Amino acid sequence: MTSAFRLLLAAFAVLAFALVSFPGGVRAAVFNPETFTLSNGMQVVVVTNRRMPVVTHMVWYKVGAADEPQGHSGIAHFLEHLMFKGTESLPNGAFSRIVARNGGQENAFTSSDYTAYFQNVARDRLELVMGMEADRMTNLSLTREVIEPERQVILEERRQRVDNDPYAQLSEHMSAALYLNHPYRTPVIGWAAEVERLSLEDIVGFYKSWYAPNNAILVVSGDITAAELRPMAEKTYGVIPPGPKMERARPPEPPHNGSRRVSVSDQKVRQPAWNRMYLAPSYTAGEVEHAYALQVLEQILGGATGRLYRSLVVEGKQAVSAGAGYSPERLDLTSFGFYASPRPGVEMETIEKAVESEIASLLADGVTGNEVARAKTSLIAGAVYARDNYRTGARVLGSALASGQTVSDVEAWPTRIGAVTVEQVNAAARAVFNEKYSVTGLLLPAGKKS
Amino acid sequence: MKIRLFAIFFLFVALALAPHAHARPDVQRVISPGGIEAWLVEDHANPIIAVSFSFRGGTALDPNGKEGLADMVSALLDEGAGDIDSEGFQRRLEDLSISLRFEAGLDTFGGRLQTLTDNRDEVFGLLSLAVTKPRFDEEPVSRIRSQILANLRMAEEDPDKVASETLFAKLFPGHPYGRRAEGTAESVAGLHIEDMKGFVARRLARDNLIVGVVGDIKAEDLGPLLDRTFGGLPQKAAAWNTPDIKANADGKLTVVSKAVPQSAIVFAQPGLKRKDPDFYAAYVMNYVLGGGSFASRLYKQIREERGLAYSVYSYLYPMDHAALLTGGAGTANARVGETLSVLRDEWRKMAEKGVTAEELADAKTYLTGSFPLRFDSSLSIARILVGMQEDDLGIDFLDRRNDMIEAVTLEQVNRVAKTLLDPSKLSIVVVGEPEGVETGK
Repeated sequence: MTSAFRLLLAAFAVLAFALVSFPGGVRAAVFNPETFTLSNGMQVVVVTNRRMPVVTHMVWYKVGAADEPQGHSGIAHFLEHLMFKGTESLPNGAFSRIVARNGGQENAFTSSDYTAYFQNVARDRLELVMGMEADRMTNLSLTREVIEPERQVILEERRQRVDNDPYAQLSEHMSAALYLNHPYRTPVIGWAAEVERLSLEDIVGFYKSWYAPNNAILVVSGDITAAELRPMAEKTYGVIPPGPKMERARPPEPPHNGSRRVSVSDQKVRQPAWNRMYLAPSYTAGEVEHAYALQVLEQILGGATGRLYRSLVVEGKQAVSAGAGYSPERLDLTSFGFYASPRPGVEMETIEKAVESEIASLLADGVTGNEVARAKTSLIAGAVYARDNYRTGARVLGSALASGQTVSDVEAWPTRIGAVTVEQVNAAARAVFNEKYSVTGLLLPAGKKS
Repeated sequence: MKIRLFAIFFLFVALALAPHAHARPDVQRVISPGGIEAWLVEDHANPIIAVSFSFRGGTALDPNGKEGLADMVSALLDEGAGDIDSEGFQRRLEDLSISLRFEAGLDTFGGRLQTLTDNRDEVFGLLSLAVTKPRFDEEPVSRIRSQILANLRMAEEDPDKVASETLFAKLFPGHPYGRRAEGTAESVAGLHIEDMKGFVARRLARDNLIVGVVGDIKAEDLGPLLDRTFGGLPQKAAAWNTPDIKANADGKLTVVSKAVPQSAIVFAQPGLKRKDPDFYAAYVMNYVLGGGSFASRLYKQIREERGLAYSVYSYLYPMDHAALLTGGAGTANARVGETLSVLRDEWRKMAEKGVTAEELADAKTYLTGSFPLRFDSSLSIARILVGMQEDDLGIDFLDRRNDMIEAVTLEQVNRVAKTLLDPSKLSIVVVGEPEGVETGK
């Protein structure tokens, strides 16, 4: 199964939008978090895990690539890189030097909906990193000399992630085709030509608009409780005045009246791939009542013994890999995807017909009670594992809250999955698998046409 | 002085928080009634058990012409065993929410398992079947073979993979380490079911088995479970003899032409074995050179100052029969020449001048202070328990490890930098369309 898994990951990368996401199975658990809000509006979440005297400290900003002004793609991610450059009190990379000197590990990541910063440190260094993170929330100090080399770093990052990799290029093209108007059509890292043009003023303006305690969430998990954290949070973040209230007003997605097809042909492609994405509801946008049922459906279709792998890979022998993917955690409309990669000599048309016939029989006959029961058990049990790693609770809660969910949504996840019925799964499938809302993407060797 | 203050503060916190404030897990040695040993960390906070295990001897033992055998077996052990066929086995894993994976490394063949406590006995039963009675039925064998061949086709176009395979072929000519662990299209096509059955019979045994267990299980329950799980393995693995090899690091630059906008760069020179008395001094030196992610000299000079790369790193890579100091970077084709010149300069500078007292102090506080962060999940702790046994580090290693880092002196680090680092042995492979480079130099 190792190889199948590896291939599945490679193919799934084509479907993923965000730079970081959680697989559905680890989605959530009963973390029993504690929460409180500072007087400046900053929400605080604490998950206690006492295995080691360490914590993960995260600050999530409710701003991502989908909040960038048009024509300025890549600002959110560029700013994420620049947040390590320094403030007046901690200039020239002092932030990272101090974190490392104190045995800490740190990083940051940007998605369409959020930007997050974290340090993993010994518990007794928590207040130190909280003080530094609070400092750079409003005191970032940038110059042109500092941003130019970093612009080159980001262009290298884009070359490494996208320009060198035809699979990632197909993914970019499919997203751009799936969303006619919504900014999810723009890659998080930005289009190279726009990243090249972003100015210091653009970036500072974005920072000043969005980085404020009332637009941020503090999540700490590990060897800590809310009572222990509160005085430190008040001393560090609590003294920062709130900024103006920010609305995330994104252009809406119009109705879709036609399916789209894109193909990427490249001499580097030795193993072709077929993908299909349908615009789909998320936890917070569109017909949200379908979100949990779609997660169960994803497991039924895309699991290790799911319908697609069984039908195309094991029985039909047309494909080396096949599966499905759905990530409901997006502020706006998300997608439900299918992928398959042919065995040598099998035409793409054959693969497409095989997947479409699976979708057609799903729509005609529905899923079985046994399939739904198995999928639910597997998903819910997966949630127990999420409590094991001291960092997972912070990651799951932070991304959920920054994507429009609440703590009680996360805590109720196993219950809501458990309540999904056969009828709900069938209704969700009928609501989503409509050709008009789809993009089909082909990755082909050079010289091949779709 | 600062360090001492921190130490006092830390002690205070530790006392204040006892009993939770163990900075490292407590490792127990468990010997089953049948004589199988496992290292165990009990943790009953969650109903989860994690197991990591490995058998000494990895892909390097694949016979010539059968390259990829260990890798293919690793993908097939959970595709049917005993009376359970492939689909049945996969369904049980899915229904019981078990994560079970096997993987073939250069020097070990291993796996990991994670289960909920409630399913413990059935899950260990499945693991036992997988390692003692795998079926290798025709359908899964042909299916997995097609997947491996697809992976190999994809790897041929992945600049990073092509770069490291080319480098290893140059460093270890004629030695198993110089081969592609996943095999070639030809060798994988020629692997027979008898080869796979032979692999299981010869390679998976009790005398080369190493086990680490973490989580919701007591020592007295683990013993009998070990016998039920691994007791059916043969007593002894077939003998093997892999020769030691000194890396053929001639300092040459090799270019593999590929039409990509960013060149993949990998580099290596001889390193130190895990048991070398200078290993920790080299480890600290490499942290300063290219090991510390945002703190290293290579990061600062290549990424931060010049914006030449998004990722640049170096690490010590000790194997059973060879050792490397290796690393990599990715940069636009037009800037490869400049990147390599900075890399070689840093290599030379470190060899000639070593590290400063401040760099050494920073390296030590990072390496010791971040050690507890490694124990983040049950599976990662289980993996560490296996690594400690593979490298013969001793069951008290976790208690001693930070002291060994602390004991490293400036004089040692700089002596190792001088004797180990040699720009004329820094072999480099670039995959892309690099500009400003001279090959064969």
